[in-house]
Amino acid sequence: MEVETGLLTGCERIDEMSKEVAVLGVGMHPWGKWGKSFVEYGVKATRDALADAGIEWKDVQFVSGGDTIRNGYPGYVAGATFCQAMGWNGAKVASSYGACASGTQAINNARAQILAGMCDVALVVGADAAPKGFFAPVGGDRPDDPDWLRFRLIGATNPIYFGLWARRRMEAYGATAQDFAKVKVKNSRHGLHNPNARYRKEVTEEAVLSSAVVSDPLHLLDICATSDGGAAIVLTSMEFARKHTTAPIKIAGVSTVTPEFPSTVIEMPNFATDSAAAVSAPAVSFRDSIAAEAYEEAGLGPEDMSMAEVYDLSTALELDWYENIGLCKPGEAEKLLNDGDTTLGGRVPVNPSGGLGCFGEAIPAQAIAQVCEITWQLRGQAEGRQVENAKAGVTANQGLFGHGSSVVVTK
Amino acid sequence: MAKNKVPAVEGWFTMDAAEPRLLGSRCKVCGTFFFPKEADFCRNPACSSNEFEEVPLSTRGKLWSFTNNCYPPPKPYMAPAPFEPYIVAAVELETEKMVVLGQVAKGIEINHLSAGMEMELFLDTLFEDDDNEYIVWKWRPVS
Repeated sequence: MEVETGLLTGCERIDEMSKEVAVLGVGMHPWGKWGKSFVEYGVKATRDALADAGIEWKDVQFVSGGDTIRNGYPGYVAGATFCQAMGWNGAKVASSYGACASGTQAINNARAQILAGMCDVALVVGADAAPKGFFAPVGGDRPDDPDWLRFRLIGATNPIYFGLWARRRMEAYGATAQDFAKVKVKNSRHGLHNPNARYRKEVTEEAVLSSAVVSDPLHLLDICATSDGGAAIVLTSMEFARKHTTAPIKIAGVSTVTPEFPSTVIEMPNFATDSAAAVSAPAVSFRDSIAAEAYEEAGLGPEDMSMAEVYDLSTALELDWYENIGLCKPGEAEKLLNDGDTTLGGRVPVNPSGGLGCFGEAIPAQAIAQVCEITWQLRGQAEGRQVENAKAGVTANQGLFGHGSSVVVTK
Repeated sequence: MAKNKVPAVEGWFTMDAAEPRLLGSRCKVCGTFFFPKEADFCRNPACSSNEFEEVPLSTRGKLWSFTNNCYPPPKPYMAPAPFEPYIVAAVELETEKMVVLGQVAKGIEINHLSAGMEMELFLDTLFEDDDNEYIVWKWRPVS
């Protein structure tokens, strides 16, 4: 019995230790409209991440790619395309697609390989070259595909859903178009000195409110653009990281949750919510469950976060996230914003990178970029946008068709 | 010559111009509603039924939220030229306990709407070609 007890204790200790993986290196290709292949953006990000980690390409044992639906054969089935571009090194590969959550899926798959002891060094990479204007469904007549049908029957573009959620905040909580504009003002200041941001220009509340209405109450400057960009992370076992650095940044929790039935908030690309006629809505909504899962894995809560990087597809959606990730109660996001709590220098800065408002969305790279930003912040390397005394940060995002995405990053 | 009126999608609603109904389905075991129709497997995780009945959905509901589109969306939306902006409403059906999207009647402005208003279903032309008018469901405030 004594032996067994001893073994159990040993296992528990390993289990405790093995929850974390290290972010040894991060890199990005600046966001923009560069007119080049997404492969080039991914390779640049990869080279930067490897250099940042102080390791060689040949040291990478596992490559975890975030896929894009664009650029043919879903992003050339992403992981292997980047391996080929870097020069085949025989690394094992996996590729993940979860729409906007693809990057977190790729991070989680790399983490699982490391935690299972299958590898020590993994590269996570995602890159995209985006078209201009509204995201459109894939071409051809596909009357069985809800993503095709929502455009066909209702003209329900992505901003239509953003507009519905924004108007709901106004109707339910008394939010105003001015509140939404203030999110843009804040984020435009945050991103001013971020070398990877596409838009580095201060925007005034008046400029937002006088820009064209796209989907009422949202103006052009309330809605994020689509961008080219690439992001990469070198993830390693804690043991490997400690041989290379005395202060590794850690991934303490990852959430890739799906909704619980019935999901009662209208989501892209659906025509209707689930019905709550037979089964009541769950106590925790889908969006509330996303970061909650990452916090639980990390053994931390929203009160422990020094900052957050959230998916501000629209300015109003950033306010929803404040509540969804537990920074405040439902209906209090506007107060949190207006009190300056989420501005750099405030209690818990949100989107210190400048967010999607300054970047535009490069889908498979975006969730990876969120983790890059928190890593720079935790190392004290976020020049011109540094969160003081940063100890931990959370990312949050959601991918089409029910993909939760959240990562807790700590010192 | 009058054009044929055909549904823009088959089987999602009745073509009864006076009292149109959205056609959903209901699980014969647990009673969960679906729109569009689910016919193969119940999405309630506690129910493994594969038997459904087609049910007409409530024709009225409460406005949950609304927005509009001021720019022509990409295809497959068949935008008229010149483009006409349209409002989209999310309407909460009480019996089915679900929210269903739809465009709002032309002539209604954003500032005519507020959450909680009672809305009703009607049929309208989505787009036309040389032979047909393609019909879709829309919402309008109950007058």
